[in-house]
Amino acid sequence: MKTKKYGMIPALALGFAVAMAGSAFAQSPGVTDKEIKIGHLNPYSGPASAYGTIGKAIAAYFKMVNAEGGINGRLVNFISYDDSYSPPKSLEQVRKLVESDNVLLVFQPLGTPSNTAIQGYLNGKKVPQLFVATGATKWGNPKKFPWTMGWQPNYQSEGRIYAAYILKNYPNGKIGVLYQNDDYGKDYLKGLKDGLGAKAKTMIVSEQPYEVADPTVDSQIIALKASGADILFNATTPKFAAQSIKKMAEIGWKPVHFLNQVSNSVGGVIKPAGPENADGIFSTGYLKDQNDPQWKDDAGMKKWFAFMDKYYPDGDKTSSFNTYGYTVAQNLHKILLGLGKNVTRDAVMKAAANMKDLDLDLLLPGIKINTSATDFYPIEQQQMMKFNAKENKWEFFGPILSGEVRGS
Amino acid sequence: MKTTSPVTSIIAAIGATLITLGNNWKLAGFVLILIAGAIFPLVATGVFTFQITQLLIYAIAIAGLNLLTGFNGQFSLGHSAFYAIGAYVSAVLMTQYEMPFYWTIPVAAVVCFVFGFLFGLPALRLEGIYLALATFALAIATPQILKFKPIEHLTGGVQGLALFNLKPEAPFGLPFDQDQWTFYVTFAVTILMFFIAFSLVNSRSGRAMKAIRDNQIAAKVTGINLSLFKTLTFGMSALFTGVAGSLSALLIAFVAPDSFQITLAIAIFVGMVVGGVGWIPGAFLGGLFILFVPNIAEHIAHGLGWVFDLIRSVVPFFPTVSEQSAKGLTGTVYGVFLILLIYVMPSGLAGLLRLAAERLARARS
Repeated sequence: MKTKKYGMIPALALGFAVAMAGSAFAQSPGVTDKEIKIGHLNPYSGPASAYGTIGKAIAAYFKMVNAEGGINGRLVNFISYDDSYSPPKSLEQVRKLVESDNVLLVFQPLGTPSNTAIQGYLNGKKVPQLFVATGATKWGNPKKFPWTMGWQPNYQSEGRIYAAYILKNYPNGKIGVLYQNDDYGKDYLKGLKDGLGAKAKTMIVSEQPYEVADPTVDSQIIALKASGADILFNATTPKFAAQSIKKMAEIGWKPVHFLNQVSNSVGGVIKPAGPENADGIFSTGYLKDQNDPQWKDDAGMKKWFAFMDKYYPDGDKTSSFNTYGYTVAQNLHKILLGLGKNVTRDAVMKAAANMKDLDLDLLLPGIKINTSATDFYPIEQQQMMKFNAKENKWEFFGPILSGEVRGS
Repeated sequence: MKTTSPVTSIIAAIGATLITLGNNWKLAGFVLILIAGAIFPLVATGVFTFQITQLLIYAIAIAGLNLLTGFNGQFSLGHSAFYAIGAYVSAVLMTQYEMPFYWTIPVAAVVCFVFGFLFGLPALRLEGIYLALATFALAIATPQILKFKPIEHLTGGVQGLALFNLKPEAPFGLPFDQDQWTFYVTFAVTILMFFIAFSLVNSRSGRAMKAIRDNQIAAKVTGINLSLFKTLTFGMSALFTGVAGSLSALLIAFVAPDSFQITLAIAIFVGMVVGGVGWIPGAFLGGLFILFVPNIAEHIAHGLGWVFDLIRSVVPFFPTVSEQSAKGLTGTVYGVFLILLIYVMPSGLAGLLRLAAERLARARS
């Protein structure tokens, strides 16, 4: 029996040595010499499942990264779970990512309520909640939540851009607002009202909210028409945006239409609504539109088309969600590339908060990504655009606009 | 055996208790459950503890709905409303009035009982599918009411209320982390609630409830006050679901209108049907189903990519489906599970277990 007892010692010593060797490289959770584990949440089912293609595009992007040899010798293990846009489910899934799958970071969770539900947990555990897929203004608050960072332009600043355009071109307009009754919709409304300033009270003639679980927005559209509005500010998610465009055509209502950037996907919204019904709609963008022939020979766009053909062949090549997914994944890719061998949670956050004039394949010329230790808003510039039904594409016009709004 | 270690003495104690409990298998089972509950969070991972806590919470909510539907014959597709009220009562009391969490459970229970009782009054005039429709409306209205402007200062409106910093720590310096402590609290409340549920359905009132379910006219002839028992049952059912909601506020540490959509009401309903209508322990099986089957469905859907590749190798014109796109089929796989389950076990898992027990008994005799 004694020999057995002593036989344990070399094994223990070996284990100890391995543990020491491991700690000498200061390896972070989710990182080995061969692999980087990235966690991801997305609603593949439920009321917001139209966004599911973003997650699929991101997964395809990392497949491409791996096929090309990975990041500094490490392959990306991209683990994506469905949270069906339900905050309790998001928390359950994110805990699985952090505690069971042991991921390096949580990338691109989608939706304001879901991100709020996991924010306290991730910041408590010091796990990066990186580039959240929501434009709410509250994500850039490094003092209180140093592990959370947004990415896309925030909703309020976009609302302000429309307000400025309306004030300049339609100073006597009567504005009807259709918005989702949650903080995403209300953020847009706030941006619009702040931008209109004192004129908001007289110019906005009707505000029609809807719930994300509603089947349609038909009654809201009818009420907006009846209010006599000649400008529509449309702050809706894709499914409802398509419904509203269609319904407006059915009842023959043709106001000047401002559609939020969240829902300006040609494939996801305009096509199902009928492109002929969407002629002349205004929106904003910060990404190159793949349906616009002016980018036909653009190097970045060519790369994207090649990527779609090879790694996401059944994906919709007209959907802006797929350019969005590609671009945000590329941003993370560049951050991880820049870290070299030293990939830790801390280093990831530091690098994310230190992006200087970063350019990505599909950003519009002139739009650059900038962050600092106090500025957690990566993209703050955008450009206005108008839909041309004849050519089935968005046409950009005017200068690059900056509607910087900082949350508290 | 000169010195007895605490472990051996505990095992000895358990053994002795088991022997004395030998004849009383119900009590023995209860003691076993207690021991399992006490040990579980110490050996399980944090995330698994979290999931099982969520399972217990769903089980309480499902048991509440089962009291109403399984034992009293009243339908509800609106139990997410009572779940939400329970969660919000706890969250509001904790954030706005700085009440310790434990005290908010009874308050949530009472508030939900009153809401359920009041809702039971108009429900008296509605039968079957009409009642289902009325409660459905309640479930639809609840998230909107929670965002209602005049009460926004209490409910936090669309932003909801975050309770991350208000989660209670284990008292008396007990060496449990928050996951473990949340489990123990939930476990204790679960035992209490199921004790109440069992006592209720086996009592005089329980028999009255069942009599109303089986034949209203006959029940009335025997002197049962129909309206009183039906409204009281609605109140009790809401109370159970409200307590579950209150515990969920503790577990998730965040309440928002989006957490209490109609999908939650349907999940509770599915849980009841899967577990077995009119069988209290079925609530745990139902909870197990609504918690884990969506996850399993997700894994299966994710693995379907190769199935499509296989089909395409035989059927050349079959569209390309990448591994990522197969993920979008989670809901479909879940639906297939549900249909199969109802087809194979029309009376839920309870019916299956009963059938198995009967077969076993017959085989023995």
